[in-house]
Amino acid sequence: MSQRKQISGKVFKFGDDVDTDVIIPARYLNTTDPKELASHCMEGVRPGFVKEVSSGDVIVAGKNFGCGSSREHAPIAIKGAGISSVIAKSFARIFYRNSFNTGLTLLVSEEAPDKIEEGDELEIDLSSGIIRNKTKGEEHRTHPVPEFMRNLVAAGGLIPYMLRKHARKGE
Amino acid sequence: MGMTITEKILAVHANLDRVRPGDMIMARVDMALGNDITAPIAIEVFEKAGVGKVFDRDKIALVPDHFAPNKDIKSAEQCKLMREFARKYGITHYWEQGEMGIEHILLPEQGVVVPGDLVIGADSHTCTYGALGAFSTGVGSTDLAAAFITGTAWFRVPESMKFIFTGKRGKWVYGKDLILYTIGRIGVDGALYRAMEFTGPTIEELPMADRLTMCNMAIEAGGKSGIIAPDAITEEYVRDRAERPYTFYASDADAPYVEEIEFDVPGIEPQVAFPFLPENAKGISEVGDIAIDQVVIGACTNGHLEDMRIAASILKGKKVAKYVRAIIIPGTRRIYTECLKEGLIELFMESGAIVSTPTCGPCLGGYMGVLAEGERCVATTNRNFVGRMGHVRSEVYLANPAVAAASAITGKISSPDEVIYVQVKRDTIRKAR
Repeated sequence: MSQRKQISGKVFKFGDDVDTDVIIPARYLNTTDPKELASHCMEGVRPGFVKEVSSGDVIVAGKNFGCGSSREHAPIAIKGAGISSVIAKSFARIFYRNSFNTGLTLLVSEEAPDKIEEGDELEIDLSSGIIRNKTKGEEHRTHPVPEFMRNLVAAGGLIPYMLRKHARKGE
Repeated sequence: MGMTITEKILAVHANLDRVRPGDMIMARVDMALGNDITAPIAIEVFEKAGVGKVFDRDKIALVPDHFAPNKDIKSAEQCKLMREFARKYGITHYWEQGEMGIEHILLPEQGVVVPGDLVIGADSHTCTYGALGAFSTGVGSTDLAAAFITGTAWFRVPESMKFIFTGKRGKWVYGKDLILYTIGRIGVDGALYRAMEFTGPTIEELPMADRLTMCNMAIEAGGKSGIIAPDAITEEYVRDRAERPYTFYASDADAPYVEEIEFDVPGIEPQVAFPFLPENAKGISEVGDIAIDQVVIGACTNGHLEDMRIAASILKGKKVAKYVRAIIIPGTRRIYTECLKEGLIELFMESGAIVSTPTCGPCLGGYMGVLAEGERCVATTNRNFVGRMGHVRSEVYLANPAVAAASAITGKISSPDEVIYVQVKRDTIRKAR
């Protein structure tokens, strides 16, 4: 799992309660292929979304992003489309777990989504969690990624982390 | 300070004397569940890890329910992948199509999950089993793979919210209405990251099917889990079914709750959750005139035998409205068979309804009842997001089985009282002639 230090890209803005049926409609869950899933990402609300995304771009959204299903296909589709990270006021908990497990960076900020707009160019420093809006000349802080989640990422992902924990127990 | 029932179950499974909200723990799981759309990713991740064996072949449950009987070639391949994994690793709790049921109805029915368990499932409605007094929560496929290998999962101990229900339920008011009302009150993220503890005299009298329905929808308020303290009703349900020994836990009197909310149950009408969020709940009397095209009665929320009986009591002797489809899906093989024995299948067929083998199918717009543009469905399912059951410009209204059945007859969202009245009126006119 790569440990990115910097993200830069343009913003795709969404509202509150963006749910997993919107992110990837269930009828496409008959595949696990990231590219195929990505081709249907957000298609109900933003047809052709995947074609607009350049690698590294960012989703900025309101509260409760990723609510609904446990489908890991949701962050897989978002990441497969080329999105590097999602900044939101809050995340649904299963989506949060799944994103860390699949390498999609999540950042929490209550105020940044109110100021950042569609098309803004952002630069995000992941070690400090600071978002620089180059289009508006504004800066925003995000909540530090919890230590446990940083340990997961540092271990190389959930499976290496769990295998190491398990080995330590002598099982 | 004491612990909540949720904290106690987590502590025991983490081999800790106590836990507090916010603690990060690693806990043993009693059951790790996957289905035909979530297990494939878990299996890929598992095989890639190269461990070569599962932690315990008795503690993994695999159910082909979402796109089975196979919706298309790709779905058939996913079911095949899961089947082959079950055979290769000797998974005890694998049900083939024909044996299976909708996972969250099947596992309690078969005694596969029991009070005091810690259960994870790669399905958001895994929170259902909290109705048995277990800690049960949805996770992703990678989490499931990690559990296949280690038999454990990591958790942040959640804060608990207490929901206190007092008073008798009115006519046509069920567990479904209590939970829709609750989500309407607190919103789709009102219980975000929290354990929802349903308590109070109303809950203490609530039948198990209604408890399962309530806990099923904890996720729709953002809840990590839902739970109802086990009692005599739980004992009655699990006693002859449980595959394993079980433990009853209860919250201490001085257990900490981040919030407590009280509900006056007699004031709660049958609820209808309008598109496009489960929190848009309105009382049936406020619904107005809304014509519909389809009704779905079933799903992990309301696919129980009790739900089938309620639907049958409304549909008896009546017909589904012209140009309306009513799709009825008994939750498991056993429930379907019981419906057959009780004459309910014949009753449903006579009324012009469609009766399906157990499947999640239409709930998530998979198949077996997908909606076209502009169509509306009253469903006993648990979600009504944009495009949930089909076209992005179709609509889903969530309700209990009685409201759904009544709506199938009238062709618009209706209270069961409207339908019963019609019957009484017809009888009165017939007698007068």
